[in-house]
Amino acid sequence: MKSLEELKAIREKMKRQMDLREDNESNIRVVVGMATCGIAAGARPVMTAFLDEINRRGLTNVTVSQTGCIGVCRLEPVAEVFVPGEEKVTYVRLRPEMVPAIVEQHLVNHSVVQDYTIGAAE
Amino acid sequence: MSHIRSHIMVCTGTGCTSSDSPRLISAFEDELKLEGMDQEVRVVKTGCFGLCAMGPIVMVFPEGACYTRVTVDDVHEIVSEHIVKGRIVKRLLHMEGEEGQSVTSLNETQFYKHQLRIALRNCGVINPESIDEYIGVDGYTALERILTEKTPPQEIIDALKKSGLRGRGGAGFPTGNKWQFTYDAVSPDGVKYVCCNADEGDPGAFMDRSVLEGDPFSVIEAMTIAGYAIGSSQGYIYIRAEYPIAVKRLELAIKQAEEYGLLGDDILGSGFSFHLELRLGAGAFVCGEETALMTSIEGHRGEPRPRPPFPAVKGLFGKPTLLNNVETYANITWILNNGWEKFAAIGTEKSKGTKVFALGGKITNTGLVEVPMGTTLRTIIEDIGGGIPNGKKFKAAQTGGPSGGCIPAELIDTPIDYDSLTAIGSMMGSGGLIVMDEDNCMVDIAKFFLEFCVDESCGKCVPCRIGTKRLYDLLCKITDGKGTLEDLDTIEELCHHLKDSALCALGQSAPNPVLSTLKYFRDEYVAHVVEKRCPAGVCRNLTRYIIDPGKCKGCTLCARNCPVNAISGAVKAPHVIDQNKCIHCGLCQTNCRFDAISKS
Repeated sequence: MKSLEELKAIREKMKRQMDLREDNESNIRVVVGMATCGIAAGARPVMTAFLDEINRRGLTNVTVSQTGCIGVCRLEPVAEVFVPGEEKVTYVRLRPEMVPAIVEQHLVNHSVVQDYTIGAAE
Repeated sequence: MSHIRSHIMVCTGTGCTSSDSPRLISAFEDELKLEGMDQEVRVVKTGCFGLCAMGPIVMVFPEGACYTRVTVDDVHEIVSEHIVKGRIVKRLLHMEGEEGQSVTSLNETQFYKHQLRIALRNCGVINPESIDEYIGVDGYTALERILTEKTPPQEIIDALKKSGLRGRGGAGFPTGNKWQFTYDAVSPDGVKYVCCNADEGDPGAFMDRSVLEGDPFSVIEAMTIAGYAIGSSQGYIYIRAEYPIAVKRLELAIKQAEEYGLLGDDILGSGFSFHLELRLGAGAFVCGEETALMTSIEGHRGEPRPRPPFPAVKGLFGKPTLLNNVETYANITWILNNGWEKFAAIGTEKSKGTKVFALGGKITNTGLVEVPMGTTLRTIIEDIGGGIPNGKKFKAAQTGGPSGGCIPAELIDTPIDYDSLTAIGSMMGSGGLIVMDEDNCMVDIAKFFLEFCVDESCGKCVPCRIGTKRLYDLLCKITDGKGTLEDLDTIEELCHHLKDSALCALGQSAPNPVLSTLKYFRDEYVAHVVEKRCPAGVCRNLTRYIIDPGKCKGCTLCARNCPVNAISGAVKAPHVIDQNKCIHCGLCQTNCRFDAISKS
């Protein structure tokens, strides 16, 4: 037997989970480079860190996916962030501990973490 | 738990299940585990997407990539390419159009572009075995609202009346009125029943099955609301035992709803109780008729009885009973959640909303489609259905199964709604839509549906029991080449007698396929009778196999295969078929390697 509040909680939770089945063009996309170079450089824990942090904050407007080598193997692990209507931002030489800052500042507050971008590294 | 970044939706409707989709699910799960991604990618069972011809269907989100005809061997590639590297496997994408253009988003396809999914809104979107997912798509909000606000039943019934929803089982009776009659009916001991007709029996129809397989909760929620609205605490779903997946999902859904307190005693603490039980039908077509269905639920042999009294007054166990079809129920919560105005804005003047059709026969995209009322047959067949395969010409479409009629090619621009179809001698029916091309003999089609009715007639009334059989005999006479022109008149006369005197809709509508083919394809009947010829080359006894002496090499293969030794000829000399001995089996034609044998 569930109370109305419990049903509401289930609805909210499931909505968050099922949100990604909608054809939603307004979503922010995070794409992690997961070719051999990326994985060797540690892209896997970075990917996991993104997923954990997004889940922790309950973000619904973000999709995370993987991609192959984008050509800057020396700067791996690489992740690109696509905010609709804005230019894509490429973060390089990522470590899991850098991820919460990107999620908080860029995905939530829409301010690019300049220090981690490819521009800062080059 | 980590954030799930991708959902792999695998269709587990009957169509895709029969092409092995359950094995795909375990293959995906194994492969994901192997890649260490089982914590971030979820494999979800779901209902019918509609593109049954291309099954098994797999949709991968968030990209929304639609993969068709996926086999277990493709699973590794989808996981290692799409899931691991983010590269869509183009080879498996749904292809459409002459250029063979592949499409990633289903909504862009011709197949979906013209569709509007209301009854099928959750099919292919949610996991039908999870009440949580149904709740996640705003399921049970209508029931919650009604019970917490204590909405007056009359308000619910008025909303349905104003929406213009009509029964989707075929007859098209206004649903709101039906609810009103049952609400108004007085039961001395206060007992009323809510029933759901899931005894889908038309050959080639699978709309209700797909709704129950893909979204069982929407029917259960609607029946619960119906119970509240008419004042009933007990419901029955009458479903045929031939639908094992639908039965299993319904049982599971009822159990989950009971565990959540959304079914049973004192729902959501409101004091309102509603119980739901399944009753399995043994597959008799007549049990889709409402009075026969209720007799069968009572435990008796499924036979109809005269109406009135209508079920709303005296139905199941003699109590006032509300009986609606699966698809009708599937529309209810959508109307209550989105408002009757929105529903009434869809469709034509007298037919509101959408209708689900099961497309079958000679059509490229066999499958399940839902279109607004008033959509033309042309849109359904040419745009959504992808036209007739093998470059053949469209000849006719049969709607309404054995109770409906044929729509000939010249009426292809007829808008599909209750009244337009009745006006041209067909009927909406439950939604089976069988497409026929130039290779179909219309007399043979009429005979096929009539044979079905002969088998399925329950035998209670004489007109149906004997009338359908005599009609069938007359049609056989024609396809055997022994018919006369007077027989055509007798057929017509008998059809009208049957329509006027049969006890229930089965017998009353059984002559429809005959009458409509006679009306639109009389020349074909005449060809059978006068010229002793079947224009489509279907009727066996009217076809002659002929060997072309120019092409025959005298290999003797046909003569050796002929079961009645009707072929003679010397080795390396052209052979001849003795038409008096020939039984028209066609074996000679199948075996000939030189394409020398043709039908005339």
